[in-house]
Amino acid sequence: MDSLLITQTSTLERPAPAAPLLSLRGVTRRFRTNRHDTTAVQDVTVDVHEGEFICVLGPSGCGKSTLLNLIAGLDHPDAGEVRFAGAPVRGPGADRVVVFQEPALYPWLNVRANVELGLRIRGVPRRERQEVVDRYLDLVHLRRFERAYVHELSGGMKQRVQLARALAVEPRVLLMDEPFAALDAQTRDDLQEEIQEIWARIGATIIFVTHNVREAAILADRVLVMTPSPGRIQRDIPVPLGRPRRHDDHAVVDLAATIREELIRGRTNWEAGYG
Amino acid sequence: MARGVRVVRLLLFYAALAGLWQLLYRAEFWPPYLLPAPGSVLEALQRTIDNGLLLQAVEATLRRQATGFALAFLLGTGIGLVTGTVRWADETLGTLVLGLQSLPSITWLPLAVLWFGLNEQAIIFVTLMGSIFAIATSAHDGVRSVPPLQRRAAQVLGASRWQLIRYVILPGMLPSMAQGLRLGWAFSWRSLMAGEILYVSHGLGHLLQVGRDLNDMPQVLAIMAVILAVGLTFDRLVFGPFEGWIRARWGLAEGR
Repeated sequence: MDSLLITQTSTLERPAPAAPLLSLRGVTRRFRTNRHDTTAVQDVTVDVHEGEFICVLGPSGCGKSTLLNLIAGLDHPDAGEVRFAGAPVRGPGADRVVVFQEPALYPWLNVRANVELGLRIRGVPRRERQEVVDRYLDLVHLRRFERAYVHELSGGMKQRVQLARALAVEPRVLLMDEPFAALDAQTRDDLQEEIQEIWARIGATIIFVTHNVREAAILADRVLVMTPSPGRIQRDIPVPLGRPRRHDDHAVVDLAATIREELIRGRTNWEAGYG
Repeated sequence: MARGVRVVRLLLFYAALAGLWQLLYRAEFWPPYLLPAPGSVLEALQRTIDNGLLLQAVEATLRRQATGFALAFLLGTGIGLVTGTVRWADETLGTLVLGLQSLPSITWLPLAVLWFGLNEQAIIFVTLMGSIFAIATSAHDGVRSVPPLQRRAAQVLGASRWQLIRYVILPGMLPSMAQGLRLGWAFSWRSLMAGEILYVSHGLGHLLQVGRDLNDMPQVLAIMAVILAVGLTFDRLVFGPFEGWIRARWGLAEGR
């Protein structure tokens, strides 16, 4: 299966810059409960470069959301260091915006006002806010629904609003925490294609957490395979496939099979106590 | 259809009630000074309207109610914001709020009279005490009801602590607040009536008391009806629709 990766030629020539945008060094996070301690993230060391599309892949409970929270600054490591743009991460900030699995929107605001919120927080003047919001509503195809309220939207539309709201503050990295996991299959497929387009257009860096192997194969430049208990990165798989990728591309299907084998190997190792 | 039937049934019920009253009056079941005719109650109402006493009383009462309630709204919301946001404040001030909530607010009247004297401030204080704890509790619950996810979403967009309160906590607490305000208004109204009956002049409660002093049962009943009507009007025309609108807008329920 490795031969597959080698024979594919990448259409994306992205020379890696010297300094990584994001760098994790020996990052560990434990959770203490009454009964026992869980190591959600153990000794994770990884670099992410500007413009990369990274998928963090693993079963539920492997610590991938914790990892994302640590990068977002919503949580803090017990050991190790998260550095972003050369400085240690101390808390959340609009340069690292999260798109959550559940639609974390404000029901009292309409679509437009939800997208606008990050800009208001930043103190962007009104006229400029309008321009930016228009641009990102167009990008996620929600301009027609700008006056709608959250409870009037479908699940897929809510996630588009979240995406537009995150993009509107022009973060240097977009952190996506299983954003499509709760959607129906058709909507998920559509959004997977759209996020590729958006990524190509705005050239953002994306870290995308998922438990869906196919999703990782479609989206990622690199797949970080995580295994649980303790949560650690087992493999760092480059994906040199061309874009845009579709669900039924043979190369995507083959790659998904390869990654799935990795996951299974990880699980058996873990169960055998070698993990 | 069903709605029409319900309205007709309701009208029939009240017509029957009025008929029964009239019947009891005609039968002289009780002497007229205990049970006057429905018509004489209407006459008493007309009389208080004509001599201007009613309007004056409603105005004085509503001014007290509005002032006391507005103060309770400001202070109660402030208290609820603090106890809802700061844990140690909840563990200290929060217990006081919960404790004082079970104190009937008219029991503040003697204290208020000693503090302020027999005047407007005392009665406004009692009105304020009627609703402040209900409002503080609903504000506190409202702050707590804001989902952690909504807080985090604002934090990752770069919100400071104050911006979090302004953009997320304050609007997020409104459904709970709307309920608390409605309740608080009713509590304040009760305290105010009790206070006015006890000593204050120029209010609806005072007019009620005057009716008693003059042994004027029609006036007593007429003023009681007015007190009920004013209370219901605000509940049904102001607070009910406000709460319904908030709940609908916030996606919590269909509009009323």
